[in-house]
Amino acid sequence: MERNQMRRQLALMRQSFFDQGFLDEQFIQLEELQDDANPNFVEEVVTLYYRDSSRLILNIDQALERNPLDFNKLDNYMHQFKGSSTSIGAKKVKAECTQFREYCKAGNSEGCMRTFQQLKKEYAILKRKLEAYFQQARQAGPLETACRSRN
Amino acid sequence: MENGFSSPRSESFPAGLRVLVVDDDPTWLKILEKMLKKCAYDVTTCHLAREALNLLRERKDGYDIVISDVNMPDMDGFKLLEHVGLEMDLPVIMMSVDGETSKVMKGVQHGACDYLLKPIRMKELRNIWQHVFRKKIHEIRDIEHENIDIIQMSRNGSDLSDDGHMYCGEDYNSKKRKDFDKNDDKDFGDHSTKKHRVVWSVDLHQKFVKAVNQIGFDKVGPKKILDLMNVQWLTRENVASHLQKYRLYLSRLQKENDLKASFGGIKHSDFPPKDPAASYGHQSSISLNQNDVANGYQFCGSNFIAQDADTKNHEGDLKIVSEMTEIKRTLTADVSDPQKARSSQSFGHSFASLETEASYPAFDSTNPPEFSWSENTETQVKKELKPHLQLEDGYSQLPPHGPQHQIQMNQLQSDPAVTSVLSLTGRDISGSIETKPLFTEFKSKHASHVSPTESAIDTFPVQTKSQLINHQSFEPISTVISSTKPQGFNLSITDLESSQRNLTLASDPNFAPINEDLTVWLQGDYYSMNFGQSIDLIDYDDPGFLAEVPFYFYDPLTADFQCPIDSTTECPIVDQGLFIA
Repeated sequence: MERNQMRRQLALMRQSFFDQGFLDEQFIQLEELQDDANPNFVEEVVTLYYRDSSRLILNIDQALERNPLDFNKLDNYMHQFKGSSTSIGAKKVKAECTQFREYCKAGNSEGCMRTFQQLKKEYAILKRKLEAYFQQARQAGPLETACRSRN
Repeated sequence: MENGFSSPRSESFPAGLRVLVVDDDPTWLKILEKMLKKCAYDVTTCHLAREALNLLRERKDGYDIVISDVNMPDMDGFKLLEHVGLEMDLPVIMMSVDGETSKVMKGVQHGACDYLLKPIRMKELRNIWQHVFRKKIHEIRDIEHENIDIIQMSRNGSDLSDDGHMYCGEDYNSKKRKDFDKNDDKDFGDHSTKKHRVVWSVDLHQKFVKAVNQIGFDKVGPKKILDLMNVQWLTRENVASHLQKYRLYLSRLQKENDLKASFGGIKHSDFPPKDPAASYGHQSSISLNQNDVANGYQFCGSNFIAQDADTKNHEGDLKIVSEMTEIKRTLTADVSDPQKARSSQSFGHSFASLETEASYPAFDSTNPPEFSWSENTETQVKKELKPHLQLEDGYSQLPPHGPQHQIQMNQLQSDPAVTSVLSLTGRDISGSIETKPLFTEFKSKHASHVSPTESAIDTFPVQTKSQLINHQSFEPISTVISSTKPQGFNLSITDLESSQRNLTLASDPNFAPINEDLTVWLQGDYYSMNFGQSIDLIDYDDPGFLAEVPFYFYDPLTADFQCPIDSTTECPIVDQGLFIA
């Protein structure tokens, strides 16, 4: 019963990610890739994403401290960051990346700074949300799998 | 031996397709790996382009396809793409989060067989085997095509003219061709009609040249060029063939440069490059460049290929060559040119019939220089060759069927073996024609028979333009069929203007009796570099042809030019000889 409850909660939480625009269908793609060979595939990918992208965030932070800004470099970093973000379907983060790159093209330093702050915020929010989600999934997980197989 | 799917694994194809994924983004690498594994592909991943290149080099046949990200820190994805295309000739799929048209285009230009946008979907990856499969199909098809080309060249006279260049460019095949011809004449004949022929238009050639320049001449490969050109229907084989010609053309150009000095503002003509080594045919080409647009002339080059019936008559062919150089022919040129007087164009149409010192029977200067050359090398034929050349000058003032320049040349030659009539008509040409022997290039065993031909043609009094005609070469061509190709007349003109002139060469229907199609290709191109203006005339297998073959040349190029074609059979017009592959 409690597990069913958790599962329902988990499903609701997951749905909210899409409803609130945090994630897009790429996330579903990842879920579909998860199988017996990689039962925690989604979580692994998300973890990998956060580990790798934190390095990029650091790079961008440093690049933004420069004066004048090297927009080419920034754009390049952000291109990578955007690429990574698409991998897990981080929709909001991706949107900020796009915005950031536009400011880069326009040579708008202020826009870049502002957008990057926003980006980091979205990045962190999603991280928290996903962490919570996976934690809950781990608890409900075995059951979920069991339920699925039963079905 | 091929390990890929063509091995035992092929039964399960595309399962087991060996994919190399290159992406500096570990997250994507992980996802792609998983996706590809789900497709039952054999996946190798690496996060650096250089690493990927090493893997590929280590195991040249270890992969079927490469998927690479565009942006990588150590090496641009396009660079990797280029390397892979060049060294391994594997299909490469590019991927990027950027869907900008320019980027995608760049990828395709560099040879990417596909360009996927991130996020990449399973279904897209599930389908990638098609690129591998397609490549295999093309390879097989290319081989088949090559064979067909070869067959066709040896078999079909009219097609031969189309393929004149290719034919020239692939003389190394001549042996094969000959064999085909000997072994199986009929069976292969049918194929020729199915063959896809590429006409290298100026545009297409420009693309080609652009691609070559972009890649760098020393690094070019057909595949790269093809990709850069981005012309869908073109095959790698087409490009390869053209590239070969282009290379030869360039090398010839270099040789010509020396000549240039002595002739002052010259043009080069481009011929179908050929490898004379294997050829015993006879080839010469004239490429005349005239840039006087005002006068309605650009240029006229003719390149005739005549084939004779006796394919084995090497000696005969050579004879022609030597005779050309050694025999002074008497040429009688009857020119009736009623139009001359009437023509509003105040060209002094003058016909001069000259004997060229070296060998050229006649040269007439009036109008677009046209050169017709027909030869028959068959010694058995005793018929006299009475070529009849009719040149028409089309000006609007002329009633379509009105008087035309007619040049008739009758030549009786004591030596039945070789009869050649050369008629050159130049309009507004003052210049000299120089026949230069390229026989030295002829490396076949017959080479010894070839003697350099040099002829200087007097300058004709002409209007304003001075032109230089440089007859470059007579080169024997190979094939079972001996062919005559006037080659290498360079006319240089002071004005350069890129314009084109088309000559339609028509053959009189009266001559229908000729067995094979008589196809004459006339082309004039004034594009800054004049490539291979040439007329290929091919015919033959028909001794009867010798009896009388009148050709009519029409010059429809000038806008006001009226071309009485009704009475004639139209022949294909091609802009550029070189452009036919």
